Amino acid sequence: MRDSSPRRAGRRGHRPLTGLAAVAALGVALTACGAEDTGPGDGADTFGDALSGELTVFAAASLTDVFAEIADDFQERHPDVAVTFNFAGSSELAQQINAGAPADVFAAANTATMEQVVEGEGLDADWAGEHGEHGLVFATNTLRIAVPPDNPAGIGDLADLAGDGVQAAFCAEEVPCGAATTTAVGASGLEITPVTYEEDVRAVLTKVELGEVDAGLVYSTDVISAEGRVEGLEFPEAEEAVNDYPIGVLANSGDSALAAAWIEAVTSAEGAAVLTGAGFGAP
Amino acid sequence: MTAQTPDRSRRRPRTPVPRGRVRRPRAGRVPWILVVPAVAGVLFLVLPFAGMLVRAPWPTMGARVTDPAVLAALWLSLSTATVATVVSLLLGVPLAWLLARTEFPGRRFVRALVTVPLVIPPVVGGVALLLVLGRNGLVGQYLDAWFGLTLPFTPAAVVIAQVFVAMPFLVISVEGALRGADRRYEEAAATLGADRVTVFTRVTLPMVLPGIGAGAVLCWARALGEFGATITFAGNFPGTTQTMPLAVYMAMQRDPEAAIVLSLVLLLVSLVVLATLRERWVNAS
Repeated sequence: MRDSSPRRAGRRGHRPLTGLAAVAALGVALTACGAEDTGPGDGADTFGDALSGELTVFAAASLTDVFAEIADDFQERHPDVAVTFNFAGSSELAQQINAGAPADVFAAANTATMEQVVEGEGLDADWAGEHGEHGLVFATNTLRIAVPPDNPAGIGDLADLAGDGVQAAFCAEEVPCGAATTTAVGASGLEITPVTYEEDVRAVLTKVELGEVDAGLVYSTDVISAEGRVEGLEFPEAEEAVNDYPIGVLANSGDSALAAAWIEAVTSAEGAAVLTGAGFGAP
Repeated sequence: MTAQTPDRSRRRPRTPVPRGRVRRPRAGRVPWILVVPAVAGVLFLVLPFAGMLVRAPWPTMGARVTDPAVLAALWLSLSTATVATVVSLLLGVPLAWLLARTEFPGRRFVRALVTVPLVIPPVVGGVALLLVLGRNGLVGQYLDAWFGLTLPFTPAAVVIAQVFVAMPFLVISVEGALRGADRRYEEAAATLGADRVTVFTRVTLPMVLPGIGAGAVLCWARALGEFGATITFAGNFPGTTQTMPLAVYMAMQRDPEAAIVLSLVLLLVSLVVLATLRERWVNAS
């Protein structure tokens, strides 16, 4: 009882310090994270490893999980390398790169957006000379019809989406999945009017997951990432609109050797296994 | 906030309201400590706009602006933002009055809740609206089952998304105006026998009209620029739910120049409307 008031006073006095301490702790935690990432790599591999520095990878949003997994492995083998990602829609990334955003590697969800960068900022000349002027295709992705697990509208194939009262969500034509949708639907000869043109494929997925639409066209990788919250139906017209994922070292990369090493990791057998596991097809 | 001289509307001539012009003290120099940051602030706000003007594809401007798709998006934006503002006024002014003039348990909590839409990312707000008003939402499933009414992907959904995001601006402005208003006029009216509704409509409302005007303008502007909640809750379909911000975003994916044109159209129209309204309402006092 005697110490109750001093304690209160003390507590009050310490409040601003607690805040400071929290900030400091956060700082330590962040540094620790960085250190930890490079920790387990002290194996035989690291001896004489010439790769170090920071690598900035701009990649299509659909690559988020896959690239994060490949990066874990990559940083384990190259402990002095720190990989930073910028995941977003491919078109958006292409614009950022062409506007001078500092990036070493660009991985796009279709060849058209890679072409924007090839014509704008440009790819690293040496790398492109060796691997391709338009980037290197490292994965493919195929459309699926996503339906809610109970499939309330009884969707079986693409033609069912043209039915009366069926609500479908497509990607907007301006984004890669929308371009693929247009190609696939065009190949079918069907007239399908969706209720919405979503800004990206995840938004279509969300609408299907919530049951707000009866069906949506998404990629096979999205069906896998949704883990049972949607059901994916294959349809033959999707073969007409297989999306190629190109990757390339950018012209203004600060360290093109490091960037090339990242691309090798993605195209390696281990990288390919991660990609396949996530629903991507082989190029 | 405003309304230090609230009896403008009562037009009683006997005590002339002291105007700023008359009472202004010897002004002296304008202090640089205020001018420098103010100029920096203006530059910061205006320069991005100037950047757009420089990059705009002026030669093809006319043809692009009169594109029916652009006009449809513009019309949808203006009409939905206006309806959203009217709805916000109908719901928001009474809410602001309740928050400013009454005591009830949990009032501070309610006020905090009102500001939630200001804090959460609009996309999250859109998902929340889907979860409540969507076809399978908490309330939406009954709207569908009982009335056959589904809100998502309709212009009504655009309005709902805009009200959700923009109404807090109105509520906060009006509540501020109410708290700044002199309550003695209301008390005088009450002692003269006016009931609370009469006091509200005849005394309070005229007094805080400039505040309501400012709030409505802010609300309209926010509704006009609404993107995240709209595209999430209402979707994106040309002519039905594709407002100007959505059209700008979509154009940005394919043709940045078209996006600049659309942005300039939206900016120009909103500036004209806001400038007109500000003269009328906000500066009226």
